[in-house]
Amino acid sequence: MGEGLLTKDAVFESLAQNVAIQAVRAAHPEAVVDAKYDRDELTLVIATDQIRAVCRTLRQAGYNFLEDVTCVDWYPSEPRFQVTYHILSHKLKERVRLHAMAGSIDPSVDSITPVWPAANFYEREVWDLFGIRFHGHPGLRRIMMPEEWEGHPLRKDYPVEGYR
Amino acid sequence: MPATPERPDTPDTPNMPEIPEFVATATLIPPRPEEAPKDHTMVLNMGPQHPSTHGVLRLVLEIDGETVVKVVPDIGYLHTGIEKTCEAKFYQQVVPLTDRIDYLCPMTNNLAWCLAAEKLLQLEIPERGQWMRVLLNELTRLNSHLVWLGTHAMDIGALTVFLYTFREREEILRIFEHVSGQRMMTSYFRIGGLALDPPLDFFDSVQSLIKILPEKIDEYENLLTGNPIFINRLKGVGYLSAEDGIALGVTGPPLRASGVDWDLRRDMPYSSYEKFKFEVPISNECDVWARYIVRLKEMRESVKICQQALDGMPEGPIKADAPHVVLPDREKMKTQMEALIYHFKIVTEGFQVPAGEVYQGVESPRGEMGYYVVSDGTAKPWRVHMRNPSFATLQALQTMCAGRLIADVVAVIGSIDIVLGEIDR
Repeated sequence: MGEGLLTKDAVFESLAQNVAIQAVRAAHPEAVVDAKYDRDELTLVIATDQIRAVCRTLRQAGYNFLEDVTCVDWYPSEPRFQVTYHILSHKLKERVRLHAMAGSIDPSVDSITPVWPAANFYEREVWDLFGIRFHGHPGLRRIMMPEEWEGHPLRKDYPVEGYR
Repeated sequence: MPATPERPDTPDTPNMPEIPEFVATATLIPPRPEEAPKDHTMVLNMGPQHPSTHGVLRLVLEIDGETVVKVVPDIGYLHTGIEKTCEAKFYQQVVPLTDRIDYLCPMTNNLAWCLAAEKLLQLEIPERGQWMRVLLNELTRLNSHLVWLGTHAMDIGALTVFLYTFREREEILRIFEHVSGQRMMTSYFRIGGLALDPPLDFFDSVQSLIKILPEKIDEYENLLTGNPIFINRLKGVGYLSAEDGIALGVTGPPLRASGVDWDLRRDMPYSSYEKFKFEVPISNECDVWARYIVRLKEMRESVKICQQALDGMPEGPIKADAPHVVLPDREKMKTQMEALIYHFKIVTEGFQVPAGEVYQGVESPRGEMGYYVVSDGTAKPWRVHMRNPSFATLQALQTMCAGRLIADVVAVIGSIDIVLGEIDR
């Protein structure tokens, strides 16, 4: 496997033929904030306000299947939340991972349900467990926890055993 | 004392999204006659304690006469916060938790977790370990499909098949108990290989099982495939086109039954699946019947993979040579100082995993099971997320059930083979 490529320039240089990178760079030159190729997996950090447009571009470029939407809480550093998307191409047999960062005050990201309806439950789950709002989501309600639950359990400042 | 948790949103918070879908609990109170909706639909509650929802799935059905207009799944009854628990455990302590996510395919979950952790550690597993994992995974698939077939047929009203499939499933569970000491929560895989060498007569017992299985699958087919009642209940029900399936995140047998030729075992191979020859059954009929046919064919392919694994099982060690990660053998631990120190260190402090993030998808009996693991360089994972096939497939219920009868909902739920443990986690 060898060492990964950890900077944007290195990734753009070595993986210039990658379909995802080409498509995103052509359509949204400013969207990729950072990039990483580590352990044979490509990660693109996308400017938060462009995530929906980038997803749409990737879908047109052949990355047809949304596998997963989730979040990582990097408490206490800022920006605190990293919303993570895994997108698969059935044709290319390749995966690309997107990150969109959100700050700790009123974290919110554009919903990608208009691009992939599959994101519906995943975004509800992220809202429920991390408290990140998705603009344009058709019905952002809690999905795992009861409706009247207080707090978002997967945040790092929420104790493992809950409040007693 | 930790800080008070941030309160969830009050209605006056800006950017609070609209909630157009009805809130299930409120609508269940029957409206007074003067307030009754004018469109003549009725809300029917199905589950969570319903025998055909395979666990604790609650469906709020909006019906017009006996026709389903809308299906809203209500989940979370089995939510135990496994993802949060993982963050408080050492990497090797997560293995038993993964069993409990999907209790019908523990080995598949073990494998996905171990592969993800090994990818972070950049560990190579010896060939015998990889082949053993493939063999056990295919047995797990057979186990899961046998349970699915029995319960699915039982939902439709064919009670006999259940007794037949559980007879063979018992044999598989006996093999699991023999190899791991547990019938269902096996926890047999370890990061870096397997827990123990398989017992001496393990391969013989697997051989005798897979020798009889094709006949047994014929037997189930005799009971079901030509049965007019079964055919009428299944054909044309629960239509899901390939486009809808992909857009809604459906994976595994339901997607293949819609004509999408995609199987992670063949297309993105892991754990030396590339060395096995097998067909990926697909169907273009897109209905419940197609899913039944695809799964039955998959069982036959699994038997073939098991046979290849038995025939070509390489010799050698089952664990990687990585003393800082893999626990030493008991014999060594009791006779060698160094092994004892490693054992003590791994058990008390865990092992440090280099920082990074990986996603590892495997083909579980239900579809794509993916583990996303983020490491911050310590002995405990910073974040673990499981991408579960049933969770996404549940979103397709509305597409498959709308416009059909209530009885068809039962057939559709059976056909997507959900396990609530993995949906709720």
